Amino acid sequence: MTGKGGVGKSAVAAALARVAADRGKRVLVCEMDDKGSLATYLGREQLGFEPVTVAQNLAAMAMNTEDSLREYIRLYLRVPIIGSLAPLARIFDFVANAAPAVKEILAIGKLCYEVRENNYDLVIADSEASGHFVAQVSAPDALAALVRIGIVADQTKWMSNLLHDHSVSSVLAVVTPEEMPVVETIELRERLAKATPVNFAGVVINRMPAVVGVAVSGASSAAATDASVSGASVSDETRAVVDWLTMRRTAAEGHARALADAFELGNVETLSEAPAKGGDASAGNRAPTAIVAHLVGEINRVLSEHA
Amino acid sequence: MSDQKVHALLTDARMIIVCGPGGVGKTTSAAALGVLAAKTTEKRVLVLTVDPARRLATALGLTALGNTEVPVPLPNARGSLTMAMIDTKASWDDMIRRHAPDTNTRDKVLGNELYRTLTSRFVHSHDYVVTERLFDARESGNYDLVIVDTPPSRSALSVLDAPRRMEQFFSSRLLKLLTAPAQSRVLSMASRPFFIVADRILGARFLADIAEFFTLFRTMERPVVDRARRVGALLTNTETSYLVVSSAEPVAMLEADYLVRELRRRSHHLSAVLLNRLVPLHLAVGAAQRAERLAASTDPMLRVFADAERTMAAVAQHEAAQVDVVASWGADVLYSETRQGDITDTDALAQLGASISARPRTYGGVGTDKNGR
Repeated sequence: MTGKGGVGKSAVAAALARVAADRGKRVLVCEMDDKGSLATYLGREQLGFEPVTVAQNLAAMAMNTEDSLREYIRLYLRVPIIGSLAPLARIFDFVANAAPAVKEILAIGKLCYEVRENNYDLVIADSEASGHFVAQVSAPDALAALVRIGIVADQTKWMSNLLHDHSVSSVLAVVTPEEMPVVETIELRERLAKATPVNFAGVVINRMPAVVGVAVSGASSAAATDASVSGASVSDETRAVVDWLTMRRTAAEGHARALADAFELGNVETLSEAPAKGGDASAGNRAPTAIVAHLVGEINRVLSEHA
Repeated sequence: MSDQKVHALLTDARMIIVCGPGGVGKTTSAAALGVLAAKTTEKRVLVLTVDPARRLATALGLTALGNTEVPVPLPNARGSLTMAMIDTKASWDDMIRRHAPDTNTRDKVLGNELYRTLTSRFVHSHDYVVTERLFDARESGNYDLVIVDTPPSRSALSVLDAPRRMEQFFSSRLLKLLTAPAQSRVLSMASRPFFIVADRILGARFLADIAEFFTLFRTMERPVVDRARRVGALLTNTETSYLVVSSAEPVAMLEADYLVRELRRRSHHLSAVLLNRLVPLHLAVGAAQRAERLAASTDPMLRVFADAERTMAAVAQHEAAQVDVVASWGADVLYSETRQGDITDTDALAQLGASISARPRTYGGVGTDKNGR
């Protein structure tokens, strides 16, 4: 999963993981950049390289370079590690500047390993947008071109196969209906297509503002917010608030439409922004776990509408 | 009729670099400040813009004519306003023309097939070009205030790093590697994978072409590096101010936070943060109370309106929290509220500029939280 910082990618990843686990899948959700957001959304202090069970059928972990390097060497190079990996890690960083794939293979290699070992039915990688993501997901391909012989070359072959198999692996992009995330996601998809044949499954549009006004006993939403219907009881401020929110919703719809058009999709599903319940829009409704609970509801709604 | 703080910013600065995440109204803000400066000070103002919206560009007389500077007529202005777009290709060509040691080298570089691909990959030429243009504008003596609109966020920092990167490139191992012939026995086995990677990344089949290009490029080293140093010094001197523009949206706030920290770390003079596209305060204040009154109504229609006011209260509360966050960054803060309709002419820009204010925003009564906001 990829997405610009701030679009709610980790929250959506956590929600998807919960929905899948609730439906009986053995799920591993992994944070690729170790920033700690995924842990927060899963209601944990932190996550480590070793997967921990956070709920029935749901395990979670976070990547870090030294641990994944250690694991990579143990699994694939079969060299026992004694002492600090720091010197090797430094050489790694140096080489990685010229060939980023070399470093990314560690993270992607661990995930491919988990998929191959069939310890889970679904592995969700909570990654990030930008060139970093493209490098991660195309790492086995880039590395295969770089190193033509030896153990590493053999490894990358099966990883590439796994990633390129559309029935096994997919990329999902999370966006909010705003200009920059939409523009960047369109560009990302183009760059991805040039770098690797990995399947781009689609986009999740998060934090869609709700439609202003609700259909009330058959009346259209326009009528429901038409001040003339309610007469003088509605203040000027309230009318202005409705106008402002309508403008915000319309702008969001425009961005969602631009994305749908760029990807040649007809209708796009959106996940609504967490509503303000009651008169108090305080922290309670915006707590990370509350946000995930809301998103779980939204995802289940979308799935049931397509059932 | 402009805010005092804004007026002081426009009066004191010789250059204002406007940076920030994309999608927050940065270009429009830069243009609005330019109009305001030209109207309310006696300065000759230049606004350099990277990517204006088509309608704005047309309205201001900017067309895709490369780097041409266009005077913008403003009624009752004390100063003057000129605008220009930064055309990367044209500017990079100008740079080559200026620094090439002779016409032969110049023509060979400009004619080299790999010229554009290589320069954009290795020295982020579009970013360097922005610095070239702003330096030229300052050195020309034609303007008292140059307002520079930069590409979104991380690229803005890339712009600031460009001179230093240009300098480093000339002394780097990378350049030495690139100018060594591939068949040379001097190359160790360790370097060879580099050429495979280079070949793959650049998509270039002909390493000899690369070598030729960079050998030519190296002949321009002295004037380019010298100029890069002077540009770098300009970017960090105290007469160059930075204005970070953001909205209250989470995506933008994250980027703005990063920018502010990085600007400070690199010792650039952060003048102010402009929080843009804010909710009109008179709507934000009292939304929660209006929601409660409407919700208590027996009329179901009115309860629908209660939902709208509750949403507004939530939006306002989120915004209030972001205002606190921005205040904690320790820079002056300017605020600008959402405008109805697009900005498509200088009158609209003038109004927008005049509405930018440093007056603190208190959201009192939008909802309950620990700060009593």
